[in-house]
Amino acid sequence: MDGMRAAFARTASDLLDEDPRVALVLAEISVDGYLSRAVERHPARAVNIGIAEQAMVGVAAGFAMEGFHPIAHSIGAFVAERPYEQLKLDIGYQGLGGTFVGVGGSYDYAAEGATHHAPADAQVMTAIPRMQVFAPGHAREVDVLLRATYADEDPTYLRLAAATNPEPFDVAPGRLEVVARGAGPTVVAFGPMLWPTLRACAGLDVTICYATSLRPFDGPGLAAVVGDDPVVIAVEPWYEGTAAAPITSALAHVPARFAWIGVPRAFVHAYGTREDLDRDAGLDPAAIGRRIAEVVD
Amino acid sequence: MDTTTGELARVHDLVARATGDEKHEESSTSTLDALWVLYDRVLRVDPADPDDPERDRFVLSKGHGPVALYAILAAKGFIPETALDTFMEHGGTLGSHPDRTLVPGVEASTGSLGHGLAIAVGIALALRADGRTEPRSICLVGDAEMNEGSNWEAVLIAPHLGLGNLTMLVVDNHSSTPDMSPWTERLGGFGWDVVAVDGHDRDALEVGLRRRHDRTPVAVVADIPPGEW
Repeated sequence: MDGMRAAFARTASDLLDEDPRVALVLAEISVDGYLSRAVERHPARAVNIGIAEQAMVGVAAGFAMEGFHPIAHSIGAFVAERPYEQLKLDIGYQGLGGTFVGVGGSYDYAAEGATHHAPADAQVMTAIPRMQVFAPGHAREVDVLLRATYADEDPTYLRLAAATNPEPFDVAPGRLEVVARGAGPTVVAFGPMLWPTLRACAGLDVTICYATSLRPFDGPGLAAVVGDDPVVIAVEPWYEGTAAAPITSALAHVPARFAWIGVPRAFVHAYGTREDLDRDAGLDPAAIGRRIAEVVD
Repeated sequence: MDTTTGELARVHDLVARATGDEKHEESSTSTLDALWVLYDRVLRVDPADPDDPERDRFVLSKGHGPVALYAILAAKGFIPETALDTFMEHGGTLGSHPDRTLVPGVEASTGSLGHGLAIAVGIALALRADGRTEPRSICLVGDAEMNEGSNWEAVLIAPHLGLGNLTMLVVDNHSSTPDMSPWTERLGGFGWDVVAVDGHDRDALEVGLRRRHDRTPVAVVADIPPGEW
C-alpha cells in the first residue's frame, strides 16, 4: 500500500508546488509520514481538517467553486462511502471537479476488519454521474493518472491499493492495454489484479487486457480485441461484477458470454493479512486460474 | 427608519407572485428579513456581474423555502420577475430547492440539509488562498438543519482554521425537535463569536451580519417566533 500511497503523496506535493490552483484537503490520514511537509509548505491551500470526512468533501467543493483543483484523501471507506452524499451533491450535482483519493482497496486493511474495508468503492462511485474511477496497478501509474486528471472538469475517484503489479504500464485515462493475444477468451484485469491474472493464465491461450479506468471504460478498445464470438472474463479487485455495466455495454452489439471474478459480495468476518483474505475470496493466482480454466473449458 | 420598506413590500408581492398565495409560502417568512438585509445592505454582489471574483458569497444551506431568496434576486435584478411565474414548474428554473446551474446569484445547489456550511468553509479558505481580503463567505442555516452532524464538523473546523471571513447565519424558528439552545454557549464553546438578534429586526441583523474579525468566524443567531417557517 505504501508504494501507491507514497507515490500519491509525492505527486500531490509536487502538484501543490507546480500548480497554484491545486488544493489539498486531508482528514488526518496520511498527514504523518506522507504529507505533513506539504501542509506546512502550503498552509493556505493544503489543510488537515481533522477526522471529518463529510466536511472534507464539502471543503473540497468550496475550493472547486472558486476555481481550485481540490485533492481530498483518506482511507477508501472513509472517502467513497462515509461522505457519499457530499460526493454526490457537493461535487457531482454542483457540476464541480476534484480528485478523491482512497487508500486501502477492498480488504487491504485486513487486520482492521470490515469497518476499514471498501470493496464497494468503485461501484458506488460509478453511481455518481460524471465521476471517473481509476484503479492504478503500480505506484508509477498513480503519478501518471493523477497528473493526467487532477484538473479535469469531471471529478475523479482514485483507488490506491496495497497490491501492486511488478512493472508499470504506459497507461492513460480511459485506455485499455492489450497485454497478450490468444485464441481463447478475453481476460480483462483491473489495476493490481493484472499480476495474479498473468500468473493464473500462464499456459492458457487467452487474450489479456489491462484496465486502470473503470470509468471512462475503453469499450471500443475491448470490442476491437474480443473477436466474433466473445467470451470475456473480468478479474476485478473490488466486488465481483462491478465492471459488468461498462463491459456488457461495450459488447451489446454481439452475443457474448461473461464471467466476473472479484471480491465476493459478503462481509468479511476474518482478520490476518491481505493475502489471507485473497485466499478466502478465491483471488489468489491459483484460484483465479481454476476459475478462468472453467470458462476456457 | 428603514428606508427600504417600500422595496421590501415589493419583495413580499414577488413572493406572493411566485407562490400564488398572498399569505406567502410558510418556509419563506422566517428568512425573508435576514435575506433582505443581506442583499440590500450587507452583501457586495452585483446582478450585472454575478460572478465577480471580489463579490461576497452567500450559501443558502438549508435550501428550503427559497421563494424569499428568489423574490429578492428578482427585486435586485439577478433574475427576471417573470421567472417567478414558473416557480416549481417543469421548464422553469426556480425549484423548491435552488440550483446553482440554473439561477444567477445562487452560489450552491442545496436542499439536502447539512451541506452548505462545509462548502462555505471551503469557499472561505479559497478566498484566503487567493489573497482576496474583502470578500466574505456567508452561510444561512436553519435551527433544525443544525441537527445534522455534518454541520458540526464544519462548526468545529472553522475556528480552527481561523476563518475571519466566514459568517454563519442561524435562522432559529424553533422548528428543531431537540432544543438547540443555548446557541451562544454552544457555538461560542467551539470558538465562534456569537451574536443573538431578533430575526425580524433588520437593523440588528445588519449590525450582526457586518461583524467581522481577523481570525474568528461569526455566528449570527436570528430568533424567529415559533410557528413561522
